Amino acid sequence: MLDSEFMRLAFAVGAVIGVLAPAVGFFLVQRRMSLIGDGIGHVAFAGVALGLLLDVSPILTALVAAVAGGVVIEWLRSRRLAAGDQALALVFYTGIAAGVVLVSAAGALNVNLFQYLFGSILTVTRQDLVVVTLLGAAGLLCIGLLYRALSAVVIDEEGARVSGVPVGALNVVLAALAALTVALSMQIVGVLLIAALMVLPVTAATRIGRSLASTLLLSIAIGLCSVFLGLTTSYYADLPPGGTIVLVAAAAVVAAATAQALQSATR
Amino acid sequence: MHVTAAVELEAVRFAYGRGGPVLHDVSLRIGEGEFVAIAGPNGGGKTTLLRLVLGLERPGAGAVRLFGEPAERFSRRSALGYLPQRASLMLDAPVTVREVVAAGTLPARGIVGRLRRSDRERIAEAIELVGLGDRADAELRRLSGGQQQRALIAKALAGQPRLLALDEPTTGVDAESQEALGELLARLHEDLGVTVLYVSHEFGAVEHHVQRLVLVRGAIVFDGPPSELPGVWHDPSHVHA
Repeated sequence: MLDSEFMRLAFAVGAVIGVLAPAVGFFLVQRRMSLIGDGIGHVAFAGVALGLLLDVSPILTALVAAVAGGVVIEWLRSRRLAAGDQALALVFYTGIAAGVVLVSAAGALNVNLFQYLFGSILTVTRQDLVVVTLLGAAGLLCIGLLYRALSAVVIDEEGARVSGVPVGALNVVLAALAALTVALSMQIVGVLLIAALMVLPVTAATRIGRSLASTLLLSIAIGLCSVFLGLTTSYYADLPPGGTIVLVAAAAVVAAATAQALQSATR
Repeated sequence: MHVTAAVELEAVRFAYGRGGPVLHDVSLRIGEGEFVAIAGPNGGGKTTLLRLVLGLERPGAGAVRLFGEPAERFSRRSALGYLPQRASLMLDAPVTVREVVAAGTLPARGIVGRLRRSDRERIAEAIELVGLGDRADAELRRLSGGQQQRALIAKALAGQPRLLALDEPTTGVDAESQEALGELLARLHEDLGVTVLYVSHEFGAVEHHVQRLVLVRGAIVFDGPPSELPGVWHDPSHVHA
């Protein structure tokens, strides 16, 4: 399998997103903002469509659209212009509607589009690997530096606000990180499924973690295993990589829930 | 000699949106180092009053000052330790007591980077102060309501605050733990000299420890030592009587 260049590239990019997606998703899930990745994913779809229409890199336009979508969701939420789920719904539906219109205008309702929607390991190039590695490392560095602050907001947002922690700015950073993750992951997992890789490994880890730090590390471990196992399975079984990776992550949630139930029963 | 008050409200009026006033013509002065209970019925405006004090809401009229500065622009926010209502906290997340308390060191230490040894020592001290030394690495969600509140008080203390504000700290806490919580706050007030604002719909847990009791029902209807509280008001649900 690893004799093929495209699989080596897919595994390398997969390793980056297998770490980044759960690391970002960890803070979203603990703050009950699990679906924000879905909203941003749909805006990224509009970005892909715009890229195809303008004949520029769809990854670049998806990144710009996703960051803008993430910031708009957070802005609407923080200004109380719309409740959290309404802000998400507004951006979610606007994104998918804009995507459909732009795709139609570009005449791009073809296999190219499906690569971005559901992921395709054949599309990753060496240049993509460099971009994903650099931006992914920047995202992880950001999380590392802000880990204490992001954790403080998870534990007690209002208490953090009272004590002078810039909660609004941290929320915008988190939304931008989620957008970055969506844009970097869409070639492997696809914009419609990337949110699952941000949420499911964390959902599994939260059931068996003993502390915030251990849950974060477990989330990353489950994310990485899901990507590697999913890619391997998709290669040998000729299945779409995005769906296979997400099904592996979903299986991890079932396994963690079972482990938790067994642990409770033996207590 | 003029001594700066920890908290000052002058003729404060507040309403949410276009609704009727929640508070009207509220004036209150709390000196540094005082231990004050703010009580009243649900919907009486006591939590709103606390949110105004902490700068989370702006008054429609009047002025709110913290240590002499306008509350909404207060520059020394690390001097504030706040324990919000439990319902607003994510207590089902897998977080240890030590991690909760560590979050309290953030304002004074800055938001970027790792904890230093001095921070870790301060965290351990705060955990010891509230009597949870043997549960420091336990998950918060596995502790009793009283122990969870102690952990959150330790979090507020870890920032070495000058003002400790607690909103409904006895919700979901059994009677025995409520009494222990009152004693803990009295000890912290005495040992650390911190100003304590205890906001609750009932004040039995701290009645024998506070210097002042302020009853709020839209306006302040009583302000004095608990011993001078008219009998009919002893149950704060009777404040309207």
